[in-house]
Amino acid sequence: MAGAIKQVEDLHLLNLTKKFGDVAAVDDLTLTIPAGSFFALLGASGCGKTTTLRMVAGLEDPTSGTINIGSKDITNLRAFQRPVNTVFQSYALFPHLDIFENVAFGLRRRGIKDVKTPVNQMLELVELSAMARRKPTQLSGGQQQRVAVARALINEPDVLLLDEPLGALDLKLRRQMQIELKRIQREVGTTFVHVTHDQEEAMTMADTVAIMNVGRIEQLGNPADIYELPKTVFVANFLGQSNLINGTAQGRSGDDILVVAYGQTYVVPAARSSATSDSMIVGVRPEKMTVLDAPDGHRAPESHNKISGRVTDVSYAGVSTQYLVRTPWDQELTVFEQNVIVGDRCSVGDEVLLHWAPEHTFGLENLGG
Amino acid sequence: MVVAKRRSRTGYLLLFPGMTWLAIFFAIPFVTLFMTSLQEPVPGKMGKYQAGFQLSNYTNAMAEYWPQFLRSFIYAGIATLLALVIAYPLAYFIAMKGGKWRPLLLVLVIAPSFASFLLRTYAWRTILADEGPITSFFNALHLLPDDRILNTGIAVVAGLTYNFLPFMILPLYAALEKIDPRLIEASSDLYSSAVATFRKITWPLSLPGVVAGTLLTFIPAAGDYINAELLGSTKDRMIGNVIQTNFIEFRDYPTASALSFVLMAAILVMVFTYIRRAGTEDLL
Repeated sequence: MAGAIKQVEDLHLLNLTKKFGDVAAVDDLTLTIPAGSFFALLGASGCGKTTTLRMVAGLEDPTSGTINIGSKDITNLRAFQRPVNTVFQSYALFPHLDIFENVAFGLRRRGIKDVKTPVNQMLELVELSAMARRKPTQLSGGQQQRVAVARALINEPDVLLLDEPLGALDLKLRRQMQIELKRIQREVGTTFVHVTHDQEEAMTMADTVAIMNVGRIEQLGNPADIYELPKTVFVANFLGQSNLINGTAQGRSGDDILVVAYGQTYVVPAARSSATSDSMIVGVRPEKMTVLDAPDGHRAPESHNKISGRVTDVSYAGVSTQYLVRTPWDQELTVFEQNVIVGDRCSVGDEVLLHWAPEHTFGLENLGG
Repeated sequence: MVVAKRRSRTGYLLLFPGMTWLAIFFAIPFVTLFMTSLQEPVPGKMGKYQAGFQLSNYTNAMAEYWPQFLRSFIYAGIATLLALVIAYPLAYFIAMKGGKWRPLLLVLVIAPSFASFLLRTYAWRTILADEGPITSFFNALHLLPDDRILNTGIAVVAGLTYNFLPFMILPLYAALEKIDPRLIEASSDLYSSAVATFRKITWPLSLPGVVAGTLLTFIPAAGDYINAELLGSTKDRMIGNVIQTNFIEFRDYPTASALSFVLMAAILVMVFTYIRRAGTEDLL
């Protein structure tokens, strides 16, 4: 932006807690967000993700805990004193100021005289130079969104906070803005902390995703790693879909745990299990399973985990077909199959055998008992 | 086409009652008033007038009563400013910090209006009475030029401010209440202190309320005669009193009508100039 190379530092949250009455919206949260990363806080509404963001912005006071940027403690600084800027949900653009003045707002408040060059550069970055003299209401949702980003970024914050920034946009525009935001983040190199409930948005945009549930972080990591190896039942169900089967660990075979469920033994690699007791859950993602007609069952590799069942529903969705399969113990499992087969697909009522590789299996702690 | 025609006819039908009302109770009296203002005396008969085109009614009325005109606008202007200063913090508090008490607080603002305007103005005679606590307090500080408040311009302005205060509070409240709290947060996120946020965000966004409130206060205050009648002396008479006396006591209808017309025109000019000036701020 101004050409200067900015020394960006990590954002640290230490034992951060926020209580509303007796309810802990954010519960003893400790987290480091690396400088220059695109970090997503993902969770259902009410999980504490927005409260966390607002505490970093200084719009909400933590009940306890500290917030540091690098080694600097910003916990007790007022919002306007923090080197942090926010892109608000539904943008909060100033309706009485034009686009230029909205973007220039932060610079003017800090007493910077020459705002023309940086504002124009910023408007160029978000491709809105032609709109400088329009009022916010004269812009489309996507354009307003970009103004909100420009208005925050022009201040060269250490951390840019985005609170459900794409929530108000329609699906197509949202996809477009996801790419746009990633491009902007790469260009400016600022740390982006993005709060969203949209798992696809979090996965496609962020380098690191933290999945929050009731004020705590359930799992944190690279989106692909979390998807491939969820560590809790919540994550397995919240990020994509999972088939989860209750079972009991009955021993080991080399690096594998042998889990018995409903009379059938499943192989779970010990490295892919987060269970600490024998009562555990065997999990597998729907697209990792293969469906075979029961008579062709012998074609399933010997080493694979297998379940037999009856097809109760088939939905064809172009790229793939989704099957619902009822097991003998009356659990409904979901299977996605790529539509690459020539010929007949299974139909409702067919007896089938589901199988999948042990490497795709994961083991979870059974908290439900 | 048929549907479109029927629709436009529905529009006229809906307009009809309102237009009729305006014609009977505004347009016709307006014309009558204008004609009365140009009437000339019937020679030899005191208090009788006939149709005419006597423009001197206007010049004579202005020559005689311009001080009362000026005083009316000054008193109304001061009362409007005072009302703004009192109402703004109050409306701000109710809108921003009122929370669940907002409806109750608004009812309290309007509650005095349930008692008669006249009665409340009479009550101010007691409040501002010569031996009353307020007058004694200011006298102890030697702040009063005439050693009294009642029957002075101060009392008239105080009465006007009090009586028209709700007309200032309500539009201000409506404008302030509409401001999205996220705009305030966004401003503080963008390095504004509380003062800067007020100057750059809250105040400009509340301007429509300020304009509406000042007009709703200034216009009736400028034409009011009850406050000057009950709280002022003969030296503090406003144009409303002059019109009333000319009409009821002197039966000089042309002069009273001419004064009414000038008052209306003057207020219209002021209002338009004011809106135009405020309009340059581009009210949303």
